[in-house]
Formats: sequence, structure tokens, C-alpha cells
Amino acid sequence: MCGIVGLYLKNKALEPKLGALFEPMLLSMTDRGPDSAGFAIYGDEVPDGTIKLTLQTQDEAFDWKTLVASLEKKLGQPIDWFQNATAAVLKTKAPEADVRTALAELAPTVHVMSVGQSIEILKGIGLPTEVTERFTLKKMKGSHIIGHTRMATESAVTMEGSHPFSTGADLCLVHNGSLSNHFLLRQDLRREGIVFETDNDSEVAAGYLTWRLRKGDTLAEALDGALQDLDGFFTFAIGTRDGFAVIRDPVACKPAVLAETDDYVAMASEYRAFATLPGIEDAKVWEPEPATLYVWERN
Amino acid sequence: MKNVDLSTTAVRELNQALHEQAKQLTEREWAVTHPAGQHNIAAGVDEALKIDIHGHAGYYCAGMNKKADVTIHGNVGVGVAENMMSGVVRVKGSASQSAGATAHGGLLVIEGDAGARCGISMKGVDIVVRGDAGHMSCFLGQAGRFVVCGDVGENLGDSLYEVHIYVKGKVKSLGSDCIEKEMRPEHLQELTELLARASVEEDPKAFRRYGSARQLYNFKVDNAHAY
Repeated sequence: MCGIVGLYLKNKALEPKLGALFEPMLLSMTDRGPDSAGFAIYGDEVPDGTIKLTLQTQDEAFDWKTLVASLEKKLGQPIDWFQNATAAVLKTKAPEADVRTALAELAPTVHVMSVGQSIEILKGIGLPTEVTERFTLKKMKGSHIIGHTRMATESAVTMEGSHPFSTGADLCLVHNGSLSNHFLLRQDLRREGIVFETDNDSEVAAGYLTWRLRKGDTLAEALDGALQDLDGFFTFAIGTRDGFAVIRDPVACKPAVLAETDDYVAMASEYRAFATLPGIEDAKVWEPEPATLYVWERN
Repeated sequence: MKNVDLSTTAVRELNQALHEQAKQLTEREWAVTHPAGQHNIAAGVDEALKIDIHGHAGYYCAGMNKKADVTIHGNVGVGVAENMMSGVVRVKGSASQSAGATAHGGLLVIEGDAGARCGISMKGVDIVVRGDAGHMSCFLGQAGRFVVCGDVGENLGDSLYEVHIYVKGKVKSLGSDCIEKEMRPEHLQELTELLARASVEEDPKAFRRYGSARQLYNFKVDNAHAY
């Protein structure tokens, strides 16, 4: 089943309250997805030339301090960092590929959740409320956020299998639905050099977008390709550095509803995720058309 | 008038109380507040109650309705009035997909827009949509009347049986075996009565009629090689 939610703030004055506005939206989707939950929050941007990596491990007692010290030594670059429960956010001028290589060597159990200048992906197994409390979502600030509550149907309930999935720098995907051609597509994408961590069909959709974007496609071109090449049911929400996008498959049987006011654009699997948003009574509320791309981005 | 606040009462309790009215009609009028998009509100009601839901409702609102007159003062989720048998369900806002799915009777009025697959497999209900209706509307429609005052998405009336379809706006495309048909006096009369019953003010003469070409009813031996 799964629930997906997104909130994009048009009114900058609301940015300090992004997490507080978003948390009840995500929690309202608990009965669509009680296995695991996650979100990608955008904000706290680092300047050009610096990257921000969100790392996560299942080991609650993991020694991040030692890892960061070893990384700094290996990379020859200082790292600005902080820990948030089982995750750590690292900011450095070192190239992404070097950080990944060093991490694979120094801490193979640590997963890179996201890389970019703005994005932080935090996710895990358990009820959505456990996940949001673990990472103190309600205190987070930012410009926009997308999230997911998971009811696994085809692959294991693990931290790696939960959403959002990173699809490149500052990009991520959440998915409601199921893909029927993910097995063959995964084989094709592996030959193109895309690495998969799980048997999850949504990870294949994320890998597909990563591959298309790497080839130089725009987000719109990559999603147009997805409509042709992905066989199955999907409503996708895609987080970008400047906003988010929503697209449904041509049959559009997986639900999606959008709401817009002067202050924000919100998307969700069901209307009830909007019930706590300010001014929702007067919002424009509608269902996105099938096979149609909707994008909101800052100019 | 009985008031039920769904921020303090569970939907299950509300529905149980509504069902208990079947034995003895002690409260005919019900007002439901703070629905907050919850599912299954006023599902399975089987007495002539008047129910007003103030706010947005979730999935299957007024599903399986029999005799009751249910008004939703807001939007509704998937499958409003699905499998309705009789009565009236009126949505003041817009409805999500599969509104009136498989409904056998009664009247469903959507004052805003209807999502995809509105009236899918309808079996005798009358549906009047004041705004637009989404793609695959009236798919497999068997009986009843389907009226749209705005535009309709792709594949209207695919694999249609005997539903009478009337559309005022543009039809993006017709589904397999659905064709435009002549609007004869009996159809104008039928549509006039239906619009009046739905309290929708439109000129019946501005509508076009669609129906089944009845080409899919029987297997065509010419297609045998395809199997």
C-alpha cells in the first residue's frame, strides 16, 4: 500500500516550522504504511564546492567521532559534522567519489543515504512515529520535504529498503505502487553501472532515474522515459534541490491528491494528510492527472 | 438532530449508531463534524436518514448506501457511494476516483469534479457530475445514467453495456465500443428529469449523448485466430 507525502513552502516565514507542519502529515499515513518510514528534508544548504552527505547505520552505538577522524586523515580535508540518532551529516570539500571510496574501506556497514548541497535523507524501520521521534523531525527547518510510510509487499522490511531513495545529488524518490518489470530492468541498469543494495522494486525506479539523469537527461525527460520503460503502478514524488515533482502512471490507480495555497504546495496519498495544515479549508485541492508531470520549484 | 464529532468519536461508533437506527427510527437527522478525511464514514446505512458530513471525507464514504440522504460538505476520497443501492449521496466538493463504483441504484451528485473511473461498472445508479470527470469514466457501465456537465478524460465508456451517457463539455476520447448517439426526444426528457432531480441547472439541449455500439456483446468468429 504505502503512503507518500510532500510539503513545499512558498512562504519563507514558515521554513522554521517545516518539520512541525510535516510530522502530522507523515503520521496520518501510518495505517497505509506501518513497517518503516523516512523523509528527505531540504535546507541548511552548503556553498558550491562543498558537499553534504547523510550517512546512516543500524548500529546505535556506532562511533561516528572515530570514523570522521579517520576520514579527515584519509581525505586530507576537514569535515564539519553532526550526529542525529543513527545518522550523521558530514560537510566537506572532498570529492564525493573519494568520500565514498574511503567510507567503503573504513566503515562498510555505513550506508550513504544522500549526497548533495541541501538534501538529508533519514529513514528506518518501525512505526512512522518511532522514526520521526528518533530523528526529531518536528524541530527541523527547511524549504521542502517529502516522506514515505511503507507497507512492504515485495521485498524485505529493512532500513535500506525503506524510502526515500537517493537518485543523485540532491535528488530522491518516494514510490507508492509496484513495478512488474523491475527484475529485468535491474539487470539492464547493473550493466550500465548502477549499484543496487536491495531487491526493492522502488530502488529500481530510483536507479532508473539516476541512470537517465547521469546520461544528461533533464528531470522531465527522465520521468518521461520512466512512463515508457517502467511497467506497473506508481505514484512518484521526486525531491529536487529547488522543489518537488509528482507523477502518476498512465492508469493512475495509486492515489494522489495535491493542495495549494499562497503559503505552500502539499501532496499526499490521501486528503487526511492535509487535515492539519493551516488554511487547508481554503486551499485549491485536486487530483493529479495520469501520466502528467507536476513540478514546483523555486525560481 | 443528532451531532457526532469525529474528533472525539470513532467512525466505527458512528456507523454502529447509524445502523441501530434500522430497528427504530428515533433520530432521522444526523450532523457529522471533523471528519478529517477518515474512511468509511456513514458506510452501510440502510434506513431513510438524513446525514450531513461537514468537512472532507476519506474512502468509501456512504458506501453501500440504502435509502439514506447523505450530503458531504467537502471533498471525498476513493469510492464514494460505491455499491449504493438507493437513496441520494451529494458531494458539495470534488470526489476522488471510482465514485459510484458498481452502484445499483439511487442518485449520486458530485458538485465539483470527479476523478478517474467515475461510475466504473455502474449497475443502475444515476450519476450527475457538475464539473469534469476523469479518465476511464463509466468503464464497463451496465445500467443507469451518467451525466457530466464539464469535460471528460480519456476512454469514456470503455466496454460499455447499457448506461446512457450525457456530456456537455469535451470528451477527450471514447473508449472501446462507446459511440456518440442521436439525442432523441425521450433522451432529452430523461436528461431534463435527471438534472432537475439533481438540482443542477443546465440546458439539456447543450448535451450530447453517448452509448454502447454493442459490438463487444458476442464473440466474433473472425477473431478466433487471435487465441
